[in-house]
Amino acid sequence: MSEFEQLYREVILDHYKAPRNHGLLEPHDAIAEGQNPLCGDEVTVSVRFGEGDVIEDVGFEGRGCAISVAATSMLTDIVKGRTAEEISVMPKDELLEEIGIPLSPVRLKCALLGLGVLKVALHRTKGTPLPEEWGTSSGEISLS
Amino acid sequence: MNHVSATATSVLDAHRLRADFPVFEELLDGKPVAYLDSASSSQKPRQMLDRMRGFYEHEYANVHRGVYRLSERATEAFEGARRTVATFLNAPSEKEVVFTRNATEALNLVAYAWGLDNLGPGDLVVITELEHHANFVPWQYIASRTGASFRHIPIDDQGELQLDALDGLAREGNVKVVANNLVSNTLGTINPVEQLAEWAHAEGAIMVVDAAQAAPHRAVDVQALGADFVAITGHKICGPTGIGALWGRRELLDEMSPFNLGGEMIRSVGLEKTTFNEVPHKFEAGTPAFAEATGFAAAIDYVTTAGLEAIERHEHALVEQTMAAFDEIPWIRVFGPPASRRAGIVSFDVEGIHPHDVAQILDWEGIAVRAGHHCTQPLMTRLGVAATTRASFYLYSLPEEVDRLVAGLHKVKASLG
Repeated sequence: MSEFEQLYREVILDHYKAPRNHGLLEPHDAIAEGQNPLCGDEVTVSVRFGEGDVIEDVGFEGRGCAISVAATSMLTDIVKGRTAEEISVMPKDELLEEIGIPLSPVRLKCALLGLGVLKVALHRTKGTPLPEEWGTSSGEISLS
Repeated sequence: MNHVSATATSVLDAHRLRADFPVFEELLDGKPVAYLDSASSSQKPRQMLDRMRGFYEHEYANVHRGVYRLSERATEAFEGARRTVATFLNAPSEKEVVFTRNATEALNLVAYAWGLDNLGPGDLVVITELEHHANFVPWQYIASRTGASFRHIPIDDQGELQLDALDGLAREGNVKVVANNLVSNTLGTINPVEQLAEWAHAEGAIMVVDAAQAAPHRAVDVQALGADFVAITGHKICGPTGIGALWGRRELLDEMSPFNLGGEMIRSVGLEKTTFNEVPHKFEAGTPAFAEATGFAAAIDYVTTAGLEAIERHEHALVEQTMAAFDEIPWIRVFGPPASRRAGIVSFDVEGIHPHDVAQILDWEGIAVRAGHHCTQPLMTRLGVAATTRASFYLYSLPEEVDRLVAGLHKVKASLG
């Protein structure tokens, strides 16, 4: 294991043990919930908008593995101050770079759960595009 | 059979058997992998791999219709594999053995081909809370298609079937199907299938047994079980993927409608009408996985030569070692029955740590375990967890690997707990 990897792992553990923006916003402008049935991860993301569809605040709750909790925590830091439109087309690699460690296909689903749920919340209130794999109910990740 | 290094002695020498498995020569970070996921799929011995290679190199041609010698040779190998499976299951006749892709397809075959014609409103399909999705979802689906009711036998907190629920179930309607796994793939519970079969028959129902998790590790005798259908899969018994088998009682198979249709399963085809072949060919449409069948047979020869009783004892010792070690660790909770009533599977929870994280950190230590719901979501709900971590053993598993697992779990706790 490289020192570099080790460093990233400490960042992940830090986000896992002390998630940023934890807790749902009340009141909120947008909210969505999703599960990864593969491992039972669940996450709910709530959003409050400022001027011009800018994400002013975001808060999340859920249960899941370290990767899914840490990734969602990192995500909430990334998206604040950016517009709904911008985030709806945010490439997943931007978040994956932040996570920094190589992830197997199974763990990718954990890492990207929060981003997908956030995009759904934005879609519901702002009509921004939905990620393709979330467009159907038959996807790996289920929404409620 | 060529060079089986195992012999049918009462004690199994796992160190010696491992030499038959090329995968253990692979090193991850300089260490051989501690493969503790055999309940999911087993590793492969050279004897099986050599047999398939030999078949492809020297005996290969399509089976059955050929009039030339190579095809006859292939057909003989394929039908020989069927006899091997029949003997392995103590089936009265090899004509009762249908080759399938896996146990799931075997169970779907019964659910569709028997279920669609024999189930209707007022009928009951009874499964258990312990079922793998393979013996759960097909029945739930066919029950809903036919209007039959879908009921389950509950389990107690130890993961054992609550048979006192049977009388209540019988009062709810016509019990037509009882479906149960002989060994639970998640908890390792060894289920009282003989008793259930007796009850099923007293109620006029058929008994469908998912033996996918049992057959690799203990002798499965379809006649002693009193079952009507038994499903197994090759890849868990040291065999290749893509091949499994269904055993069914002849009179039931004879009466059943076909499942897949096409070539091979017909007697004659006309524009007006098609008649079907005899069992088992009636259920084997298209070119079957006959090369895999020869590998499956070689794998069965391998494990029976090692000795199923010896395998069972070997795994039992590993389960006892694991459960004794876990007993000493207050932050590990083991699910399921005591060691004496379970097969070589230990599902557990590490307090406060998601099973995915447990498995991830163990993987960094070169230890392969499974984390998830193990295709038993109703059971996860019953246990009140989203997922568990599962270690499972086979004939090549070593006590040292259990030690590595326990040490690895201490690392997991230290980094995430």
